[in-house]
Amino acid sequence: MSADATIAPLAPARPVDDLLAAAPELRAPLVTGLCRLGDATLILGHRVSEWCGHGPALEEDIALANTALDLIGHTQMWLGLAAQVEGRGRSADDLAYHRDAMHFRNPLLVEVPNGDIGRTLMRLFLFDAWHHALLERLVSSSATEIAEIAAKALKEVHYHLDRSSDLVVRLGDGSEESHARMQAALDLLWPYTGELCFGDDTDAALAEAGILPEPGDLRSAWDATVRETLAEATLAVPEGRNDVQRGGRQGRHTEHLGYLLAEMQFLQRAYPGAEW
Amino acid sequence: MYAQMVTTEPKGGGETPEEHAFQARIDAGEKIEPKEWMPEGYRKTLIRQISQHAHSEIVGQLPEGNWITRAPTLERKAILLAKVQDEAGHGLYLYSAAETLGISRDEMTEQLLSGKAKYSSIFNYPTLTWADMGAIGWLVDGAAIMNQVPLQRTSYGPYSRAMIRICKEESFHQRQGFHIMMKMARGTDAQREMAQDALNRFWYPSLMMFGPSDKDSVHSQQSMAWKIKINTNDELRQRFVNETVPQAEFLGLTVPDPDLAWNEEKQGYDFTEPDWSEFYEVLKGNGPCNRERLGARQKAWDDGAWFRDGLTAYAEKAAARRAAAATAAE
Repeated sequence: MSADATIAPLAPARPVDDLLAAAPELRAPLVTGLCRLGDATLILGHRVSEWCGHGPALEEDIALANTALDLIGHTQMWLGLAAQVEGRGRSADDLAYHRDAMHFRNPLLVEVPNGDIGRTLMRLFLFDAWHHALLERLVSSSATEIAEIAAKALKEVHYHLDRSSDLVVRLGDGSEESHARMQAALDLLWPYTGELCFGDDTDAALAEAGILPEPGDLRSAWDATVRETLAEATLAVPEGRNDVQRGGRQGRHTEHLGYLLAEMQFLQRAYPGAEW
Repeated sequence: MYAQMVTTEPKGGGETPEEHAFQARIDAGEKIEPKEWMPEGYRKTLIRQISQHAHSEIVGQLPEGNWITRAPTLERKAILLAKVQDEAGHGLYLYSAAETLGISRDEMTEQLLSGKAKYSSIFNYPTLTWADMGAIGWLVDGAAIMNQVPLQRTSYGPYSRAMIRICKEESFHQRQGFHIMMKMARGTDAQREMAQDALNRFWYPSLMMFGPSDKDSVHSQQSMAWKIKINTNDELRQRFVNETVPQAEFLGLTVPDPDLAWNEEKQGYDFTEPDWSEFYEVLKGNGPCNRERLGARQKAWDDGAWFRDGLTAYAEKAAARRAAAATAAE
C-alpha cells in the first residue's frame, strides 16, 4: 500500500465524545459516515445470506454463511456507534429495522440482486478490494472507537479478499463458460464500482478531521488490486466510466432496495414494540 | 440426528473367525478404524446411516435459511447464520466420515437427489413464523441431541469423533432455540400465539424423528450388536418426552396431547404416539415440503455445475502450467 494514502491523524486518536466536544458540527456528518459503513455491510450481508443452503458446493455454503456472519457483525458495531453518536436513544437495530430506503446510505453496488454465483463472487471481490483498502486506513482514524472496530474487521476482511480474489482468478481463467459468466458479471457490476471512491461534502468534513479517509484517496489502492486480479483472471476491464451509477451514499437507491428492506424489516414492522 | 429407518444389512454368511474377532473387539469397546477389516454389512449400514445424517444436515439448512433474511434483530440474524453454518459444517464432517468407508461425496449427493438416500422427515415441514426458529432449536435439536449423545460411543472411530464435535455445537443450538421460545412465550399476545402454534405443529413431527416404534423397527438388533445404534427408538422417544414436557410447562405452553399424563410407576409420561401413516407418507416423498426441499437441492447442484467445472478446468490448467515450467527448467 502506498504510504501517501493513509490518514494522517491531526492528533493522537481520541474517543468520539472528546472529538465531538471540540467540534460539535461534526456530529451529523459522523452519523452519516458511520451509517454509510454499517449500511454497506448490512445490505451486502443480507444479499450474501440469501445463498444459505443454495450454494454450488458445501464449502461455498459454509464460506458464504461465514462471510455474511462477519458482515452482520461489522454492522452491529458500525450502526451501534452511529446510534451512540446520534444520541437520540436509538439502537443499531432501530437503525437497521426502522429506516426506509431514502435514509439508507449504502453504495448501490451492494443492493444489486445476487444473480448467479459468479456475479455474487465478483461483487464480493469488487467490494472486498475497497473494504480492505478502507479498513487499512481506518485503523489509524483519529476516533478511537473507529480505529478499534476497523482493527477487528480488517482481520476478517483480509480473509474475505483473499478468498474472493482467488475465486475470481480461478473462475475467470477456468472453463469457457465460467470465463464468460465472470466477464458478464464484471460488465454488469462495473458501472456501480466508481461510487465507492466518490466523495461528497460529508466525506470532506470527516476527512479533514482525520476520522474517515477521503473516498478518492482509496481509488489508487482499489484500482491496483482490481486490475492485478482481473489480469490474472484473464478478464477484460470494461471500457467507459465506472461512476455513472451512484447515489446510494446520499439515499438515492435502485428499485431493489425497497424489496430487500420489506423482507428484512417485516417482523419489526408487523409487530412494533415486541422483543425478540 | 437425523437417521431414521436405516435398513441394517444382514451380518452376511456364517460366523467366520474374522467376524468373530470383529464382534469381540466391538464388545470390548474398541473403536473400528477406516483401514481395518470389517464385515461388508457393517460398512454398508454405516454408509447408509452416516450419509442419511449428513443429508439431513444439508437439507436442514433450508427451513432455517428460510428465516435468515427476516430475522427480527441483528443479533438473532447473526446467531441463526452461525447455527446454519454449523449445520453445513456437520454435513462436511459426516460426509468425510462416510468417505472413509469407500464412497465419494458426489455419489452420496446423487443418491440424495435421486431419492435413493433419505434425510430426516422433520425437514419436510414448513417454517411459517419466527417462532419456528425457536421450536426447531428447542425440539428438533433437542431430539437430535438425545440421539447423538449415545452415538459418541459408537463403534466406528470417525463417526464417533464426528459426533463428539457435533454434540458440543448442538447443545448451543438447543439453548438458543429455547431462548427464542422463552422470549416469544413471555412476549406479546401475538408472540405467544406464534409460540404455541409452533409447538402444535412441531410436536408430533419431533416425536417421529426417533423412527417407528420398536415393535415395527425390524433391523435394530444387528445395528445394536455392532454399536451403530445404542438405544432403541422408543427409549429415546420416552426420554425426549420426559425432558421436554417440563420445559413446555416452564414456558407456559401446552403440549398438544390431551392424553399426556405422568405415570408414577414407569417414572415417565404416557403420551400419544404420532400418526405413523403420516410419517410413512413423508418418507415416501409426500410431506408438505418434500418437493421444495429436494427441488432446492437439485437446483443448487444443477446451477452450481458450471462453477465446479470452472474450478476443475482451472486446476487442470494450473497443473499443466506447472508441468510445462518444470520441463522448461530441466
